[in-house]
Amino acid sequence: MAKKEYSFYPGCSSQKGASSSNYLVSVQTMCEELDVQLNEIPDWNCCSASVGYAGGGELPRLTLSARTIALSEEHNPGQDIVATCAACWLATREAAERLHEDQSLMAEANTALAEAGLKLKNETPIKHMAEILIEDIGYEELGAKVKKPLEGIKIAGYVGCQTNRPFGIAGESFENPKYLDKLVETLGGDSIPDYEAKVQCCGGGLAFSEPEKSQELIKGIIEAAYDHGADMIVTPCPVCQMNVEVYQDQINDTYGTKFKMPVVYYSTLMAVAYGRSAKDAALNGQVIPAKQLEALAGK
Amino acid sequence: MSMNQAMVEKYRNNFLKEVEANVEEGEWVKMCMQCGVCSGSCPFGNHWAHPPQELFMMIRAGKREEVLTSDSMWMCTSCYNCIARCPRELPITHLMHGLAHYAKRLGLVPKNQPTAKFAQLFWDNLMKKGRINELKLGMSIYFMNGFGEGVKTALKMKGVGMGMMKTARMSPMEMVGGHAVKDLSGFHKVLQKAKELEDARIAQHGPGHGA
Repeated sequence: MAKKEYSFYPGCSSQKGASSSNYLVSVQTMCEELDVQLNEIPDWNCCSASVGYAGGGELPRLTLSARTIALSEEHNPGQDIVATCAACWLATREAAERLHEDQSLMAEANTALAEAGLKLKNETPIKHMAEILIEDIGYEELGAKVKKPLEGIKIAGYVGCQTNRPFGIAGESFENPKYLDKLVETLGGDSIPDYEAKVQCCGGGLAFSEPEKSQELIKGIIEAAYDHGADMIVTPCPVCQMNVEVYQDQINDTYGTKFKMPVVYYSTLMAVAYGRSAKDAALNGQVIPAKQLEALAGK
Repeated sequence: MSMNQAMVEKYRNNFLKEVEANVEEGEWVKMCMQCGVCSGSCPFGNHWAHPPQELFMMIRAGKREEVLTSDSMWMCTSCYNCIARCPRELPITHLMHGLAHYAKRLGLVPKNQPTAKFAQLFWDNLMKKGRINELKLGMSIYFMNGFGEGVKTALKMKGVGMGMMKTARMSPMEMVGGHAVKDLSGFHKVLQKAKELEDARIAQHGPGHGA
């Protein structure tokens, strides 16, 4: 199969020493196995995520995304942009659509970009990595690479919000997306299609500013996974991953629960199922260790 | 005259028009048919003094101060449930962001609203280097309500921090250097220009012009 190339927007949280640096490692491993080449957008900047709206007005926010897209169009022409972070994908795609619909904003964004010698054409499709896997590669090929099926591991597919709404994955519903479940099955694991918290919000960025309210939501997401007998949760979103994994001790203190549920990325599962080492799958990035995956990777 | 006062004068008795002219996606407000699906779909719904559907009706009823000083729209987690479900396809998430931004611009945000503070810190953080410095952002959030409160929060968060540090998902090095875009001066020039263009646009809409 010919190598697939994409213009890669890794995002702030994937950088070295940042909260989803483990996501990036497992994505790189997964892409090696799938013969996908990621060409990083040179000098990309922050997308301002979902909470940029307080400090940034509409045009400054759109211009942030416009700069990253313009850099991609200049340096990686003809390549679709792919983001691994839900917020990066959403903010960038939203900005591209808004600038497409409003030509006066588009003109202003380009006036701003000209200050650094940049120009936005805004002709580039902006995709999430999950779209690449499902639409560009397909389950059959994803399954063909499996060397170590995730046998006997029960995994709750937590899609969350921003990988799902408002854009989502083609052919999937907002209320009951099934692609993570299909992916788990493709990798030989046991999915939980009726995991009712699959699109429940974790509080997103408000986990920082409204911790009690957010942790109440997170508790529901973990509790439902336990109710279904899940061994771990899988998610495509760095905010979901962090929120659902790292506050479990605090939730246990507040609610008297005994949560210790590993939360991994789809790419973590794939790296292990494709026979790569624990290190390549970034299992050392789990705050709550995924012991069954460690055992499988060590076999 | 403050900008808030100027807007009161200009749009006297017509808050809907004010929202339509000044709030991002504000022209959608009148499309709301009061079904309440947004309010029922909101993950923080029980924490909103006025859920979205109610805010839309209050805007139409001219309840300017109640809307703009409310902490409701600051409860938006950006989950996009309301957008996905609204039968009239109102961009409700964006409207909440737009109302929050407009309230902030007019200086009407309730004091110590935590998400308003966090969101401003987030923006200031990314503006410095073009990329978020998670460690500095985290620390600034802990200390956003003063030093005493900050120490308490930092202690409470110690376990989380240690977990992130041990797994190399947080680095003390970010305190000194940190990630940045390479063309930082170009980045700053671009964003400065965008801000100027937006300010000019607002000044044109604002008091003393047109209408």
